[in-house]
Amino acid sequence: MLLAHLPALVIVIPLICAPLCVLLRGKDWAFIVALLATWASFACSVLLTIQVMKVGTISYAMGGWAPPYGIEIRLDALNVFILLIVSGIGSVVAPYARNSLLLEHIEERAYMFYCAYLLCLCGLMGVAVTGDAFNLFVFLEISSLSSYVLIALGSDRRALTAAYQYLVMGTIGATFIVIAVGLLYQATGTLNMADIANRLPEAGYTNRTVIAAFAFMVIGAGLKIAIFPLHQWLPNAYTYAPNIVSAFLAATATKVSVYILLRFVFSVFGVEFSFVSLPTAIPLLVLAVLAMFLPSIVACFQTNVKRVLAYSSVAQIGYMVLGLGFVSVAGLTASILHLFNHALMKGALFLVLGAVFYRIGSCNIDRMAGLAKQMPWTMAAFVGGGLSLIGVPLTAGFISKWYLILAALEKGWWYIVVLIVVSSLIAVVYVFRVIEAAYFRDAPDDLVNVAEAPISLLAPAWILVFANFYFGVETSISVGIAERAAQSLMGAG
Amino acid sequence: MKEYLVLRVITKLLLPFILLFGLYVQFHGDFGPGGGFQAGVIFAAGFVLYSLVYGVAAAQKVLPTGILRAGLAGGVLIYALVGVANLILGANYLEYTPLADTMKEGQHLGIFLVELGVGLTVASVMMTVYFTFATWRED
Repeated sequence: MLLAHLPALVIVIPLICAPLCVLLRGKDWAFIVALLATWASFACSVLLTIQVMKVGTISYAMGGWAPPYGIEIRLDALNVFILLIVSGIGSVVAPYARNSLLLEHIEERAYMFYCAYLLCLCGLMGVAVTGDAFNLFVFLEISSLSSYVLIALGSDRRALTAAYQYLVMGTIGATFIVIAVGLLYQATGTLNMADIANRLPEAGYTNRTVIAAFAFMVIGAGLKIAIFPLHQWLPNAYTYAPNIVSAFLAATATKVSVYILLRFVFSVFGVEFSFVSLPTAIPLLVLAVLAMFLPSIVACFQTNVKRVLAYSSVAQIGYMVLGLGFVSVAGLTASILHLFNHALMKGALFLVLGAVFYRIGSCNIDRMAGLAKQMPWTMAAFVGGGLSLIGVPLTAGFISKWYLILAALEKGWWYIVVLIVVSSLIAVVYVFRVIEAAYFRDAPDDLVNVAEAPISLLAPAWILVFANFYFGVETSISVGIAERAAQSLMGAG
Repeated sequence: MKEYLVLRVITKLLLPFILLFGLYVQFHGDFGPGGGFQAGVIFAAGFVLYSLVYGVAAAQKVLPTGILRAGLAGGVLIYALVGVANLILGANYLEYTPLADTMKEGQHLGIFLVELGVGLTVASVMMTVYFTFATWRED
């Protein structure tokens, strides 16, 4: 009986547990509730994935109102894949919260952190499950508002300005999305995404309302994703947020935004409208290539390693948009696959930096000099995540780049292949700068006697590093789901 | 504002009507315009008026932080748990029909409870936001 209600439970569990954290107040109680809620959501996601892989699309009528009139929860391969990413990363990151310095910094209000974290999780998963365009906006706002709070918790005072900057840009993005939804509603008279897709051809592809809706949606989602020229909020937000929050958001928030773009451009507007009647592919490809290079080059000159990773995130988003711009099943497979793989590598790297910060109180590259001697396990994890970020064979990063190159070759665009390889070489530079400092330089005098990070911080980081290697060898799960999702996205057009 | 006698008396006079109107909007929301959100704002507006005239400290005596926090979380919890009650009774999430004998009564009761949660949370959030700004410099 409960199995039929899993699509609702997956978001209801964190929603119920968030206020519970506030009511229980105790630091330990809130931690236990948050941990169990996250794990329960992950279990639901896994069960849902198995179900979707077996029987195909699942539809659940919220409140018993039949779609398209009521709010529908609609799960296909893409939805469950995003659910798996978000709840999976959440499950690894949640136990890390207890020992990260964040909670000592806000000792009295630790339960507020868990509440905001659960709401963020609920919002992100809500975006991933809903089949209703307006409902998607509501969940997006839940996740965004709570993520502003989470970022502002950073111990550095600049976290406040970073959060405010993100709030302004994020709100503009969300407003654009809701304007797009409003215009679509005007053009088609429905809010259910599948229903909009059915009715759009009727409204006509030259309908200016629909074209305006499309423009608002792409720009709005672009702001949330941090597509290259719209990425200004991201480096500060990731740098000054508490380490655990950087890890969680870097691995999930932009991924969910990419999902919004994929869902609307491919499923709702359809390939025919988005790429045949409008010239969307070329600007996306140009921006993607710029994103692969410029932020990567900027990353090479940063002294704060968190900032290096943040700029690298902007660059990695370039790969996802690139695959999207190919408008082929192969390209989309690469894009969706990279959503997953990038979540693994960035999650791992940010968790490692959290462990470094725990011991030396800084993520500055000069302070990290010689750290490999004192914290061998931590830095080894960094090397593992870094290799995956570069795309070395046997890591998850290699798999997504491999599929991206295959997709480019399929189109016959060999110069894109060259660009992908060259941009990976820039990643070698910024990852190796950190490794060089940690392994081949002498430690600063005051940091000679640093102990290894505690196991409670190392274990989550190593789980993700291990996942990077696991999904770099055993690809049947990740590629299998990504391929099915890509096929259904292209087929819907 | 101790010296403004007119304001103080009028505020005391108006306060029960504002709160009553808030409750009216809350409980009449399923028949006419209104609902939990509007009711919560009206209800909180009454307390805001009280605290403007009688001072923040007096208002915080009526609404201590602990109660507000419980209201904040409790409202969301009511909403979410009403949904779960439907699940347990064998219907979809937030499908109120099985809450009572007939569909009409069930829907009525369900929306009533859910809106109660909304009103509680909105009123608490309004007051928390107000108190946060009002006590900003007193830290």
